[in-house]
Amino acid sequence: MSEELAVRVEDKLYQNRYLVDAGRPHITVTPHTVPSHRLLALTRICPAGCYAKTDTGQVEITTDGCVECGTCRVVAEPYGEITWNYPRGGFGVLFKFG
Amino acid sequence: MAEEKFDVIVVGAGPSGNACAYTLATRGLKVLQLERGEYPGSKNVQGAILYANALEQLIPDFREDAPLERHIIEQRIWMMDDRSYCGAHYRSEDFNEEKPNRYTIIRAPFDKWFSRKVAAAGALVICETTVTELVRDSSDKVIGVRTDRDDSIIYADVVVLAEGVSGLVGTRAGLRSIPKPDTVALAVKEMHFMPQETIAARFNLQGDEGVVIETAGTITKGMTGTGFIYTNKECLSTGIGCLISDFTETAQTPHGLLEAFKAHPAVKPLLAGSEVKEYAAHMIPEGGYKAIPQLFGNGWLIVGDAGQFVNAVHREGSNLAMTTGRIAAETIFDLKTNNQPMSAANLAMYKARLDDSFVMKDLKKYKNLPQTLENKHLFTTYPKLLSNAAQTYFRVDGQDKKSKENAIVKSFFTTRRVKGLLGDVLGMARAWR
Repeated sequence: MSEELAVRVEDKLYQNRYLVDAGRPHITVTPHTVPSHRLLALTRICPAGCYAKTDTGQVEITTDGCVECGTCRVVAEPYGEITWNYPRGGFGVLFKFG
Repeated sequence: MAEEKFDVIVVGAGPSGNACAYTLATRGLKVLQLERGEYPGSKNVQGAILYANALEQLIPDFREDAPLERHIIEQRIWMMDDRSYCGAHYRSEDFNEEKPNRYTIIRAPFDKWFSRKVAAAGALVICETTVTELVRDSSDKVIGVRTDRDDSIIYADVVVLAEGVSGLVGTRAGLRSIPKPDTVALAVKEMHFMPQETIAARFNLQGDEGVVIETAGTITKGMTGTGFIYTNKECLSTGIGCLISDFTETAQTPHGLLEAFKAHPAVKPLLAGSEVKEYAAHMIPEGGYKAIPQLFGNGWLIVGDAGQFVNAVHREGSNLAMTTGRIAAETIFDLKTNNQPMSAANLAMYKARLDDSFVMKDLKKYKNLPQTLENKHLFTTYPKLLSNAAQTYFRVDGQDKKSKENAIVKSFFTTRRVKGLLGDVLGMARAWR
């Protein structure tokens, strides 16, 4: 991996504007002991890096940087592994350019 | 608002919703358009290329005040391997015409402009309001919506779902299913800012002339997908996208893929010194004709990306969105004018009109292409073969031309074998015809 490839997604999200609806995450992960391969895949393919594995091996989500693409919904919602809602009107990512 | 009843409620303020609301409002219908973003465009992401024709049919003089970036005079198509590209370019002075055919645009300002036209035409546009569900009567007809503003129902004769590819309302109501991972791509994009003169010099442009580059090859690491670089006035939209089903099966991250694309020796100099001002991600419907859901029912219609209206081959989407939005509006207007109820039987006219238009004709033409494009050799083997062939051909090294040609032909046959080659060619030809 060259240096450029090591750019962290957090640094990319820093460019974006958000209005975070504190305490009201629009996506939740269904409680589980062992994550499915789909949840594990989300820790890699979420383009905003919102999904991460905890120390105890479960997959959790922090929605603050979510760009609302819907990828995790397509992957995991049909299996009941996450719940996915829109943020309340006006909240969430605010694209300046889009 | 709670007591009011509208002729039509349009859910979403992207190209399809705006085209629909605009068409309805200019014809005097009472229209409510609901958008969950702070402003129209704040949730919307596209490359983006605007095809003039679809917008011209709505707003003939749009060029006078629409926020357009550059008119496209050159199209580059690149097949890339890790160190090279082999391409076809088409540039013509004919594209410097009075009314250009294609423009690059930036969606947030463009959608705001379009929305102002919708409001000026008389529609009531309300932002920061998320539609939470469709409301039906005892006969199962959709009669309105609920929003996250309060618990009240807003009534309308018909609800148009222009809620985009990841729209929740239609899927929650069981009108369509959540897109399957192999019918949608995930694309990530950055806006790379640099002075206008730099863009002009790097792309050989004058004034508002623009270039778009579409690429495929080893940049997607074996996944079905494409990359792009579009010139705007003062920035380059640079992105890459692949099928979600492919992403789930590889070790790639979307942002890692984008970084690798940006670091490609043919791309890096184009972006050098730029300042990135935004990182966005969005899903793109790629399933084509076979992925189109039921488009109408008792009191409802689906338009735009929510209906999977994207022509993946020609990279057309927003024009199909605007056209489906317009045709939906025309259908509703005709029914309203003739005092016909917004029943499934009557709204079927929308689908019939779409079938008669370029929208369905084009999507039908390529109905087998999504499956064909899942042939991974197109993104791995062939870019490398092409690059090697070109390099063998162009290098002058004392080897005679006949042996070079033989070596090139042999490389194709030993890599893909006769059967593989024939299958690939026939598969593509069949999907294309």
